[in-house]
Amino acid sequence: MQAEYRPQDGAAPVLSLRGIVKTFPGVRALDGVRLDLYPGQVTALIGENGAGKSTIVKILTGIYQPDEGEILVDGQPVAFPTAQAAGAAGVTAIHQETVLFDELTVAENIFIGHAPRNRWGLIDRRAMRARARAILAGIGADLNPAARLRDLGIASKHLVAIARALSIDARVVIMDEPTAALSHKEIAELYELVDKLRAQGKAILFISHKFDEIFRIADRWTVFRDGQFVDQGQMEDVTEADLVRMMVGRPVDQIYPKRPARIGEPVLTVAGYSHPTEFADITFTLRRGEILGFYGLVGAGRSEVMQALFGITRPSKGACRIEGKVRVIRSTAQAVDAGIVYVPEDRGRQGAVKGLPIFQNVTLPSLARTSRAGFLRLAEEFALAREYTQRLDLRAASLDQDVALLSGGNQQKVVIAKWLATRPRVIILDEPTKGIDIGSKAAVHDFMSELAAQGLSVIMVSSEIPEVLGMSDRVIVMREGRIAGEFASERMTPENLVRAAVGLDRDAPRPGEGEAA
Amino acid sequence: MTTAINGRHIPDRLTSPAARALKSWEALLLVVAIAIFILNALASPYFLDPWNLSDASFNFTEKAMIAFAMAMLIVAGEIDLSVGAIIALASTVMGLAMTAGASTPVLVLLGLGTGLLCGAFNGLLVAGFGLPSIVVTIGTMSLFRGVSYIVLGDGAFTGYPESFAWFGQGYVFWVVTVELVIFALAALVFGILLHRTSFGRMVYAIGNNATAARFSGIRVERIRFVLFLLTGLMSGIAAICLTSRLGSTRPSIAAGFELEVVTIVVLGGVSILGGSGSVPGVVLAALVMGLVTFGLGLLNVPGIVMSIVTGALLISVIALPRLWAMARRR
Amino acid sequence: MSLLKSRETILALAILALLAAIASRFPGFVAPRNLARVLTDTSPLILLALGQMAVILTKCIDLSVAANLALCGMVAALMNGAGVPLPLILLAVVLLGAALGAVNGLLVWRLGIPSIVVTLGTMTIYRGSIFLMTGGAWINAHQMSDAFKAFPRTVVLGLPVMAWIGLAGIAAMALLLTRTPLGRAFHAVGGNPHAAVYTGISVGRTQCAAFVLSGALAGLTGYLWVARYAVAYVDIAAGFELDVVAACVIGGIAIAGGAGTVAGAVMGALFLGIIKNALPVVGISPFWQMAISGSAILLAIAFNAASRRDPGRIILKQAEHRT
Repeated sequence: MQAEYRPQDGAAPVLSLRGIVKTFPGVRALDGVRLDLYPGQVTALIGENGAGKSTIVKILTGIYQPDEGEILVDGQPVAFPTAQAAGAAGVTAIHQETVLFDELTVAENIFIGHAPRNRWGLIDRRAMRARARAILAGIGADLNPAARLRDLGIASKHLVAIARALSIDARVVIMDEPTAALSHKEIAELYELVDKLRAQGKAILFISHKFDEIFRIADRWTVFRDGQFVDQGQMEDVTEADLVRMMVGRPVDQIYPKRPARIGEPVLTVAGYSHPTEFADITFTLRRGEILGFYGLVGAGRSEVMQALFGITRPSKGACRIEGKVRVIRSTAQAVDAGIVYVPEDRGRQGAVKGLPIFQNVTLPSLARTSRAGFLRLAEEFALAREYTQRLDLRAASLDQDVALLSGGNQQKVVIAKWLATRPRVIILDEPTKGIDIGSKAAVHDFMSELAAQGLSVIMVSSEIPEVLGMSDRVIVMREGRIAGEFASERMTPENLVRAAVGLDRDAPRPGEGEAA
Repeated sequence: MTTAINGRHIPDRLTSPAARALKSWEALLLVVAIAIFILNALASPYFLDPWNLSDASFNFTEKAMIAFAMAMLIVAGEIDLSVGAIIALASTVMGLAMTAGASTPVLVLLGLGTGLLCGAFNGLLVAGFGLPSIVVTIGTMSLFRGVSYIVLGDGAFTGYPESFAWFGQGYVFWVVTVELVIFALAALVFGILLHRTSFGRMVYAIGNNATAARFSGIRVERIRFVLFLLTGLMSGIAAICLTSRLGSTRPSIAAGFELEVVTIVVLGGVSILGGSGSVPGVVLAALVMGLVTFGLGLLNVPGIVMSIVTGALLISVIALPRLWAMARRR
Repeated sequence: MSLLKSRETILALAILALLAAIASRFPGFVAPRNLARVLTDTSPLILLALGQMAVILTKCIDLSVAANLALCGMVAALMNGAGVPLPLILLAVVLLGAALGAVNGLLVWRLGIPSIVVTLGTMTIYRGSIFLMTGGAWINAHQMSDAFKAFPRTVVLGLPVMAWIGLAGIAAMALLLTRTPLGRAFHAVGGNPHAAVYTGISVGRTQCAAFVLSGALAGLTGYLWVARYAVAYVDIAAGFELDVVAACVIGGIAIAGGAGTVAGAVMGALFLGIIKNALPVVGISPFWQMAISGSAILLAIAFNAASRRDPGRIILKQAEHRT
């Protein structure tokens, strides 16, 4: 271990980015941003989804090359053409997604790409395991270096990812939403680890959108918005309200155009939905014209419940009624027939068929209606696509354009248009505004209100508190696969939702607890 | 045109389908086909003889019939390497029935039925149990042909009834063979199925992104199963034609067909990764392959050298556009 | 490291059961001398399966191995006819095989063409080239030197050289896969290509290396094949690529890449080799072999798929305790 590092006043940044531009087809992900990382300090990078945080991480780790701008290490311009070049310059990252290998051992995962060799050039397994053990011990992880990664739980895998990042002699450590999948206890341990790294003089880039976390851990802040640099400074000079204003760029209450809707009779009644590993005892009712929010931490099982309702997975127990009639949903086709549709969180993989044109995406679930005796009728298809894309204010060159060429927000509009064209009773929106620009976000919110006002029932899964509070009539909070609480009207406060989501809400009884062990 | 409700107007199309077709892979293939046709006509005086051309069509009609079904399967992101083996098994079943004295209609029904059953078996393993189609069909390829070997060993079935010879040796009128008519009908049926029906649209959607297709309420497994069934059926039809044309069944019948069928499909512009391709492209690719083989045959080039040309054609049609794109980026 | 992982253990038990069943009626089959003969006979399949395994680990497939083998075998026979000494021939076939593999690899890596298309094409090109070289002529036993023919059959320490080469291939491959960065990269590239990029491993370059390896092994096997059967012509080992893929599939190498062991590939090859050698012994027509190996492939795929089924996310606390 190195000696305690004390940051001096006016220390120069280890790593700086200047004027970085990165464009993708249809999107300008980064537009001339700057970033400075100082030794022995934690810099929080703050921004909404789609602000460009992930892109900057990929540029710092050599996955993407910037179109313009420069990367400076110790004031000298450098380039990171490959992930290895970034590693050699001392930049390492703990990524949001798992970038590990299930079939390899813990030690192999930590050292892949830079394993210690013996004198014949072969991997020195003994040395590798010893060093892996030392690194794991250093971060307080009790893992067997020879264990196969496949056999570990998600939290242990995260520790392996951290150990991997620390296995190279890093000067800059990037943590991309490191606490997203962790429990409370694991988060506390992570904070200790960050403090330890800071004391060793490492420059840390900490990406998060949880304010409590940022104020607990960071020394400095930088805010991005829509791919642009907004401002940076010291944590002690800023308040939560300042940061929110910089992130959003306009007062918060203007964004949510929730209209009062007439809430009618129950449309969807779910009773005791359970799954062997994903969720248990899910019971709730959704009424006509209602927007029901589902809040919880990432990985709380909300999407899994929604996918079971949509027929992707099958529940082991429980019943689902639509307008009083019991419906057995074993496939997505049956869900669509029953009037339940689902706008998935993973737009690229599950939402849009990107290689097909817009109009074909919109009519995909409605082909039975637009075709005659199985034969396509293009005029009908264009008419249907035109109607719903215009209602959603889609921006596109033509309806014959491939969806892949649209921006994230417009792709989302195509997915929503596709479902509205089926005239559903219940629409489930899973993180509907994640990763889309503010303009599209407002359009989606606006439209959601309009739908509810017209009598459609909406379930909105969201991890953004302002969105949940701003749009929902009622909120269900899930934690660890179970419903942790239900909140309406004056009990619907940010504090109540978060307490229920993290399990601080001890007053609310939760069935099934204590049966474990 | 309707008026916008609250959004702006988006035109249906910017480029007309005709303009698109001009710049397509199929247009390029058509040019290649015509060029080869002219070259052949110049190189050999026997080429333009209608009877010779009609004779030459046999070297692609049977494979092309299967290629249409295979094209749909590959567009959907799957593959069937067992088609040659299905022919062998279907031919063996017909041979067994023939030795038992079955009539021509019964032979035809058995050929089609065996093809369908084999396709259903592949479909069940891939769509029903979710196994990867490439290894499943490598397995069934050995299994189906293996059964033929068990039945026949190094023997053969010969002596098919005279009426059975019509499928592979008969003419509908003038130089137009029965096989050529089946080929044209199959092209028409599969062209309509892939390009003009909602079934075809769903096939494209599955090939582009099977997950998103399932999330759009499409019964992905059912469609995959039907595609394997169709491929089996077309293999059964090809088995009838080939057996009828050869007049005999050996277990090695149609060996290596699967590779030539896949080559036609890929040459026709169908992406081996799924999601794109067209039936007209496959028709043109079959013609190009037929013309090249015929032309080289007229020049007395041996068959194995033709296979080099086929292999080189397969790689270069995919490699050249990519090399071109790389060179332009520089 | 867990010594026995279920997939390999079950395959080993299946092989033992197969041997026991044969031995119960024909004890002579399991005599050491006969088993050595089976090993020798299966060595070409083992060598090719080892190369194919590396390719499949990286999410590719090499259908050109048998054609590569035939081409290199023919070149070896031609060189022998020209009086080239054996060590040079060995070097030449390995290099030629590697070069043919590199052609596949470069097309996959540099042009991004799917491996199945590339190797489907090169398979016909390589085999056709043999015809171009020889005009379809055969090279028979009497046209080959005695040293050329004798080398694979020379018995050293009780086993023919051919079997020793097979064993050496197994040892070298085991070392390569578990103890070198390249071997680990094969697993990484197939297991999680996205993550491989993040760790600085080039997916394309690794795939190319796997093809070179597969090609080199095919080249070496080409000589062994021609020398052992003492004949070279255009169609030797025709269709053998499917046996090779079958050995890998039976050995539990996941066709989706990333998962598989040397032990699995070797046992997959031995399983097929034992069946091939046992059929005449137990009095079943060798024509049954194809159907049996087809069934074995299907059973192996179904079994592997069942054992690899994704258990899904574990969110519920009590579920985590249960598993």
